[in-house]
Amino acid sequence: MKFSRKFRQGFWFAMSGVSIVIVLGMLGLIIGFIVSKGADVISWEFLTDVPHKAMTEGGIWPAILGTLLLCLGAIVFALPLGLFAAIYLVEYSREGRLRRWIRIGVNSLSGVPSVVFGLFGLALFVNFLGFGACLLAGSLTLGLMVLPTIIRATEEALKSIPMSFREASLALGATRWNTTVRVVLPAAVSQILTGVILAVGRAAGETAPIMFTAAVFFTKRLPTGLFSKVMALPYHIYALMTEGTHPVEQTAMAYGTALVLLMLVLLVNGAAIFFRIRARKGKKW
Amino acid sequence: MVDVQLTHREAGPEAMVAKVTIEGLDLWFDDAQVLKDVNCAIPEKAVTAIMGPSGCGKSTLLRAMNRMHDLTPSCRIRGKIRLDDLNIYDEGTDVYELRRRVGMVFQRPNPFPKSIFENVAYGLKIHGQRSRAALEQAVEKALRDANLWDEVKDKLHRSALDLSGGQQQRLCIARALAVEPEVLLLDEPASALDPVSTAKLEELIEKLQDDYTVVIVTHNLQQAARVSQYTAFLMLGELVEFGVTDEVFTAPADQRTENYLRGIFG
Repeated sequence: MKFSRKFRQGFWFAMSGVSIVIVLGMLGLIIGFIVSKGADVISWEFLTDVPHKAMTEGGIWPAILGTLLLCLGAIVFALPLGLFAAIYLVEYSREGRLRRWIRIGVNSLSGVPSVVFGLFGLALFVNFLGFGACLLAGSLTLGLMVLPTIIRATEEALKSIPMSFREASLALGATRWNTTVRVVLPAAVSQILTGVILAVGRAAGETAPIMFTAAVFFTKRLPTGLFSKVMALPYHIYALMTEGTHPVEQTAMAYGTALVLLMLVLLVNGAAIFFRIRARKGKKW
Repeated sequence: MVDVQLTHREAGPEAMVAKVTIEGLDLWFDDAQVLKDVNCAIPEKAVTAIMGPSGCGKSTLLRAMNRMHDLTPSCRIRGKIRLDDLNIYDEGTDVYELRRRVGMVFQRPNPFPKSIFENVAYGLKIHGQRSRAALEQAVEKALRDANLWDEVKDKLHRSALDLSGGQQQRLCIARALAVEPEVLLLDEPASALDPVSTAKLEELIEKLQDDYTVVIVTHNLQQAARVSQYTAFLMLGELVEFGVTDEVFTAPADQRTENYLRGIFG
């Protein structure tokens, strides 16, 4: 009896351990695979030059720049909107049916597949509003897609700020808006940034939302404005693997691009970890 | 325990000016009535203690005096509370100005996660004070008034969260004093503090009554006896007794007060 109980416990603990090994192993495998396949083509030229000779030579700088600009645009659009929405939900609205419906709406939005966002962006921004496929349309579509994540992250951050801070502020004669801007947001800002960065890291790797709204297969010109078409890393990988006439060389380029994208996303996550640590350090309440 | 209070015996409530007058106050949370027809006049520039068993509504009564219940949707209030001549529940009352005039310190010290200076300057800033010199002056005055200046004058720009619990609570008092309130509401301010910090806090409260009307909620009888000139005894939402502290303690008019003081509940 005693032995079997011990054995059973040991068995399940071992299983948990094995799961962790598998999970981390997969991560290692993915990174190792991409590095081994892509490291060869990485060079200064690859990072800073435009593509040449039907993309069998040259670099991916326009795609790197395009992805950075798309992400930046998505933040510029989604951060204020998400921030104010979360402030409304946490600081202004009262618990009740309206708030429940808003939550359901936000959650549903986060469940919409990214390709549907792409189609929606195509219909609204590209066609109806007449932007054409461009940086602006792609940024708005990506922004729309990360909006629910930003709202949720901000909501959680605001909720984690103790009620006693708000009471202290209100008891001094502050308005709710004063309290939000001067007490709650400064205390929550690191946590909000963490959420936003993670959301944008995800957006950086998305192909579907931008393939109808912003991205082009090939351009030597760098974007000059909001209405420029742009290259983007994930779409560039997709294009290299599915189009063109030099499959072998293109595949090598695709892995190189994937490595750059992966590094970019890991870098972004690193920044998020940095902010999270900073947030924890300041948090002694 | 009561001896020190004897000096106050001749100063009855009628000799004092009422700063806060509570008239027929009923208060509900949803359907539960928490305060029942409370009437009393809180004297100006004195310390009034509100005591009573847990759940008797003493904190609720305190929070009614600066309309903190506005934040609780389930709260319903009937009756009047006057600050001087202003009925604070009148529709036209500027609740932000009211809360500036009626400051509050909470049970647990709750300094903002900002510097000591910013904590004290906060109230002035939200009320529009921008001049650096004026802020510095006001911060120093408030910290001196809260008996904290000497302990923090060299680290004004360090985080307030690095202070000890007792210092944090005095910082919260300084923060409340900085906006020059007339009334100071203290909601069991020493309940999270050690005895030494509590003694310092009580010393401060005694000093504050020279300039402010202080109302302190406490469930600590000795504390009520030590710091207050007047005592209100609240039970199950009813104001059982209100009078000069040493009279309430030595010769309670109501049997329930006597039972409570002797440690018999109900």
